Amino acid sequence: MMRTPGRLGLVLGVLVCAVGLSACGEKKVTSYEPGKYSGAPIAAPWDSPQFGGKKAEWEAALQARTQGQNEYSHQPAR
Amino acid sequence: MARMKFICDANRCIECNGCVTACKNANDVPWGVNRRRVVTLNDGVPGERSVSVACMHCSDAPCMAVCPVDCFVRSEDGVVLHDKDQCIGCGYCLYACPFGAPQFPQAGAFGVRGKMDKCTFCQGGPGKGSEDEQYAKYGQNRIAQGKLPLCAEMCSTKALLAGDGEVIANIFRERVTVRGKGSEVIGWATAYGAPKGGAAPAAAPEGKK
Repeated sequence: MMRTPGRLGLVLGVLVCAVGLSACGEKKVTSYEPGKYSGAPIAAPWDSPQFGGKKAEWEAALQARTQGQNEYSHQPAR
Repeated sequence: MARMKFICDANRCIECNGCVTACKNANDVPWGVNRRRVVTLNDGVPGERSVSVACMHCSDAPCMAVCPVDCFVRSEDGVVLHDKDQCIGCGYCLYACPFGAPQFPQAGAFGVRGKMDKCTFCQGGPGKGSEDEQYAKYGQNRIAQGKLPLCAEMCSTKALLAGDGEVIANIFRERVTVRGKGSEVIGWATAYGAPKGGAAPAAAPEGKK
C-alpha cells in the first residue's frame, strides 16, 4: 500500500520530463547569420502571371503609369 | 533599373487622408497600424503644410542597419522589404527610422508587440506562399501588375507621387517651374494660365467688381 504513491510520483515525474523535453526536439524554424539576409528570396515583379518574366514590358508599363501622374504631360502646352 | 521612391508635394496636400484610407483598405492593415499617415505642421495656422509620410524606402536604410536578425532586404527596384517570418518584433527599427514608419500590431492580451509591419510600396513581401498567405502577411502586390502604390494612385490632388525617383523628381521639378514660388503658387496664372504675350489679366472695371 505504501509503494503506490512512490510509483505514481515516479510515473508523473517521467511524464513531466517527457513533456518538458519534447520542446527540445522542435524543428528550428529560422536560421540567422550575422550581417546577412537569411529570409526568403524576393520574386522579381516581372515574374508575375501578367508579365511572364518580360522585364522590358514591366518597365514600360510602370514607366507609363508613373508618367501618368504628370498632369502637364496630358494638357495642351501653355 | 528604377529606384522606387515617394515624393509628397506639401503645396498640394490638402490633408484629406485619402492615401491613408486607400492604404488601409487595399492592404487590410490591422487596427492600430498605420503604414501611411498625414502629418500637418502648424495645424490651424495660416500657411499650414501637410505631408503624407510612410516608409521612404531609403537607399541607406537605418532599419536595415540595426535589425539584429537581418530580416530586411532591398529589392532590385530599391524597395525596402522585410521577412515577417524572420522578424522577432524587437522594435529596434522603430527607434532607428527617422519617419516612424515601422508599426507594431498588438499580438497578445498584455500588449505584446507583434511582428513589424510597414509600407511595402505595394510590392508584397519576400517568400513564395499562396496568394492569400502573402496578402495576409504583406498586403497587395500591385507592382507585379505594373501598377503604382494605391496611396499615390488615389491622391486626389496628385500631391503624392510614387515611382522611379528620377521620373517623379522630374515631374515635381516641372510643377515647381510652372507654378513659380511665393504668391505665384496660388493665383490666376496658375489656375488658368498666363495670357498670350505674358501680360497680366485685365482688372475688372470698378463698377463691375
